[in-house]
Amino acid sequence: MLPSAHDDPFAQFKVTFFEECSELLTDVEQHLADLESGDFEGETLHAIFRAVHSIKAGAGAFSFTRMVNFSHKFEYLLDELREGKLEVDPDMVSTLFRAFDVLSDLVSFAQNGEAVEDSYGQDALDRIEEYLSGQNGGASTDAAGGAAPEAGAEASSAAAKELGLEDTSQGMSGATPVQTKPGEKHFRIEFTPSEAMYRHANEPLLIIRELSDLGRTETTIDVSRLPTLQALEPEDAYFSWVFDLWTTADRDDIDEVFEFVVDDCDLTIVTLDSSDQVVAVDVSPCHEDAGGDGFGFFIDEMDIQAGNVSAVAPKAAPKPSAPAAKTNAKPSAPAPKVAAKGPSAASPKAVSIRVDVERVDKLVNMVGELVITQSMLAQEVGHTENGPSDRVVSGMDELSMHIRELQENVMSIRMQPVKSVFSRMPRIVRDVSKKLDKKVRLVTIGEDTEVDKTVVEELADPLTHMIRNSLDHGLETPAERLEAGKSEEGTIQLSAEHRGGRIIIEIIDDGRGINREKVLSLAKEKGVVAPDAALSENEIDNLIFAPGFSTAEEVTDLSGRGVGMDVVRRNIQSLGGRVSVQSFPGKGTRFQLTLPLTLAVLDGMIVSIADQKFVIPINSIIETVRPEASDVEQLVDGGRVIRIRGEYIRVLPVSRIFGLPGGEQDPSKGLVILVEIEGSRTVGLLVDELAGQQQVVIKSLESNYKAVEGVSSATILGNGSVCLILDVDALSQMPVLDAVPARKNTNGRARISHDQSRKSVRSDMGSEEIGHAHQRQSSGNDNTMGAHVAAE
Amino acid sequence: MADVKVADQEVSKGFDPRLIGKDQSGADDQDAESGKMVQFVSFKVDDSEYGIDIMAVREIQGWVEVTKLPNTPEHVRGVLNLRGIIVPIFDLRCRFGDGLTEATDLHVMIIIAVGDRIMGLLVDAVSDILTINTEDILPVPEIEGGGDKRFLSGLITVQERMVALLEIEKLFDIESLVQQVVAAE
Amino acid sequence: MSKRILAVDDSKTMRDMVSFTLKGAGYDVLVADDGVNAISALVGEEVDLIITDVNMPNMNGIELVQKLRSDPRFRATPILILTTESDNDIKQQGRAAGATGWIVKPFVPEKLLKVVGKVCA
Repeated sequence: MLPSAHDDPFAQFKVTFFEECSELLTDVEQHLADLESGDFEGETLHAIFRAVHSIKAGAGAFSFTRMVNFSHKFEYLLDELREGKLEVDPDMVSTLFRAFDVLSDLVSFAQNGEAVEDSYGQDALDRIEEYLSGQNGGASTDAAGGAAPEAGAEASSAAAKELGLEDTSQGMSGATPVQTKPGEKHFRIEFTPSEAMYRHANEPLLIIRELSDLGRTETTIDVSRLPTLQALEPEDAYFSWVFDLWTTADRDDIDEVFEFVVDDCDLTIVTLDSSDQVVAVDVSPCHEDAGGDGFGFFIDEMDIQAGNVSAVAPKAAPKPSAPAAKTNAKPSAPAPKVAAKGPSAASPKAVSIRVDVERVDKLVNMVGELVITQSMLAQEVGHTENGPSDRVVSGMDELSMHIRELQENVMSIRMQPVKSVFSRMPRIVRDVSKKLDKKVRLVTIGEDTEVDKTVVEELADPLTHMIRNSLDHGLETPAERLEAGKSEEGTIQLSAEHRGGRIIIEIIDDGRGINREKVLSLAKEKGVVAPDAALSENEIDNLIFAPGFSTAEEVTDLSGRGVGMDVVRRNIQSLGGRVSVQSFPGKGTRFQLTLPLTLAVLDGMIVSIADQKFVIPINSIIETVRPEASDVEQLVDGGRVIRIRGEYIRVLPVSRIFGLPGGEQDPSKGLVILVEIEGSRTVGLLVDELAGQQQVVIKSLESNYKAVEGVSSATILGNGSVCLILDVDALSQMPVLDAVPARKNTNGRARISHDQSRKSVRSDMGSEEIGHAHQRQSSGNDNTMGAHVAAE
Repeated sequence: MADVKVADQEVSKGFDPRLIGKDQSGADDQDAESGKMVQFVSFKVDDSEYGIDIMAVREIQGWVEVTKLPNTPEHVRGVLNLRGIIVPIFDLRCRFGDGLTEATDLHVMIIIAVGDRIMGLLVDAVSDILTINTEDILPVPEIEGGGDKRFLSGLITVQERMVALLEIEKLFDIESLVQQVVAAE
Repeated sequence: MSKRILAVDDSKTMRDMVSFTLKGAGYDVLVADDGVNAISALVGEEVDLIITDVNMPNMNGIELVQKLRSDPRFRATPILILTTESDNDIKQQGRAAGATGWIVKPFVPEKLLKVVGKVCA
């Protein structure tokens, strides 16, 4: 950070500031996207303005000069827009986007303490200038700079002198009964408050006190204006004062005393030298800059502005038009091009508060504990002798209902529309398609779909990669498209929807699809699959997610910073999600992400395996079957498959994978739970029996221990015992241990080889853990390389 | 010397040995003498007695069945629900290479904090709270092949018995634990 | 008895900085993130000073000043508006609405305290 950070009393707020910047920038981007699509209203421009304004103010507090200067110009442009003086057209939108990009970069430079080149963002500034000068003819450019106030002050001070005010107090000499001491100056101050002063809640007494703090004073009160008691208005001002002040303080200090009230009074300040000659006098000279450092009171600048008296204060007004004109301009502020938003959105007066996520998380955790305690209680009550009374039963039912409702409500606090991520994509599409010379239309659907805040945040990277990938590899060039009989412009559709307690996000392009031949040969070449592997089309498509498939050779400027689709998959998996791809050669590619709505609870099927209970997430379960012995087949490698509706499905003997002694090994004697795993494949989990179904609160194993393969996390059952939640994707890739029991055979693991890139599902609401997991994960990214080569 | 037979007392969760130690020893008053007074919870594994820094001990709990974790090292007995927190329990005897403890109701789990992690040690019984002068802690002699030495920070003699002080960070250094597993894979 | 000040700003950074500075000087500080929430924060509360940002959603600072000045309870409460240097006409609007004075942001803590001391003695 900056070397001055130590001296800065506000240094500790930098973190807050950058957090806030990132929120504000996200908002701005979202609003800009609305502008681009024409789907906006007056409030949109106001909101952008406010955000940029807030960034400017904060940047000022930390002396991020570049940021201040740039956002100042940006803000000015936005102001002209919201006043309706400039129009929102495509060129303007592109200027705004460019300005947004520059501002985002300046923020991140400041955040990382990086130096910024002087010329950085000059293009954006030039474009802004062009707009501003095009409209206002140069004057506004200067007005936008910081020089305006001083200029105004000088001008008004000069004007006061020109008006011959030096002479006004000539007759006041002689009223100096107190001797002026060396180093002191003698001021005479005539102060007549207007009633407005009281309306602004200024208190003459405080002013008098402050003056006397500056030096010795002699005060004369003029009560001549005091009316009779009957005519007296309690809120009016009737007194006036004459102060003689002997002080070593400067004129500025005196000005400062009056700075809030100078507008609301008649004020004359005269300097008297030892011979009582007036050396200087000013009327209402006080300006915010008179005190030198940024606070003040109201002066008559307003009138100058209103009259547009450019000869007196040519630069005083940042906006050259009169306020009256502004007021008139407001109703004609840019009308939404598309009046798509319903009336409910027209004037949102939503009252909201900001709450620290940490506090929400605490709440979520507490409610989680409550759920567990409640189910423990329910179980205990059920076991009482003679059974519980009716009142207890109905009370417990009600409690459980309320707790469930409470939980849903608490969870919903963390829910956010995916819009904040989706809104970043247009810019990426725009930038990348420009570089690639491709014509692309991005269609977004369902951006109001809500999902847990953490999921939203973690979505940005994978989505960006996938969109870039589609642009880079999926879509063809305009020429190729024409040749293929398609329209020049390609389409990428980004959609989100809720389905069965999960959120489904799809990225569909109408490009060329995955070149399976190439993918397969590459995969064989790189040893990702065996040379003689016979894979289904679907399996080949999904090879693009395999670690080691992408290589550095394919890294282009676009598809990323050395990460491939395997990282995308890992990111999604770490959120408890899945990603799959479906390709239609010549027609396009569809990527599908499914993610849990929350990382705090899940609906689980509790099963019993070798006398131990496990939870299987319900949303991965397709169905439960009890196969006939005739439907079970043994494979050469010792594995078993079952035949269901003409398809063979591999059976995973969980007890043997986990090395648990006991446990049913014969699928026809146990139960097989069919679950969907990555790549839309189905496997069967062999379990002993079902033990129930319930919503469980997800607890991390990693906060006190570490990830355990095949287990995504844990939960606590009604009886207080810990129960492990299975990671079915990981299970399907784990080897089946030969011998049972394996408990004593601790070295058994050494022989096991498997895909090391697998990472267990992380499911913990604690932000600290999330941070840890994230680090672990990004460190894992280092050894992966390359973008994938979907379709070349 | 404080002489609290914790093992004979009712061992329940919520028991805070640090409080007992303070009440009984008045350790704070003795600081003035040479060396610094420190406190250890001592416990037994087989016939050996070990000591663990009292500041690390969160509570002591009687043994209950824990949930086994698949494919983990043998000394990892499983995980325990400690008022909503999932806590791994390590079998100290097994960690020392003497095989699994046949845990019964009389066995005890010492819940400790190592860094920001909470974990439990399965031991035979907690025996004492020891208040000792740091000057009385003897270095661990070199042992052929290393043995337990890497887990030990020192030795003390209490009423003719030797108590080996455990260095928890080394015993269950999570990072190295992770590395071991990764290496095994 | 320490003076109570309500600080209104939609920017958490600003709010935190104002609040930190004032609390450090022994003031009692209430906060709100827009005009509407400021009004609700003032229900049944007495404050000695209100410092408000201008650009805020829902109800901006100028509207807030107007609203407060129309309420007899707050007619005599000093109100300072926080504004950036270039916002001259904002200052005028603030004045017209009945604000007591303004503070330019960014501010240094000493300055803020000085101004606050000036209107809230």
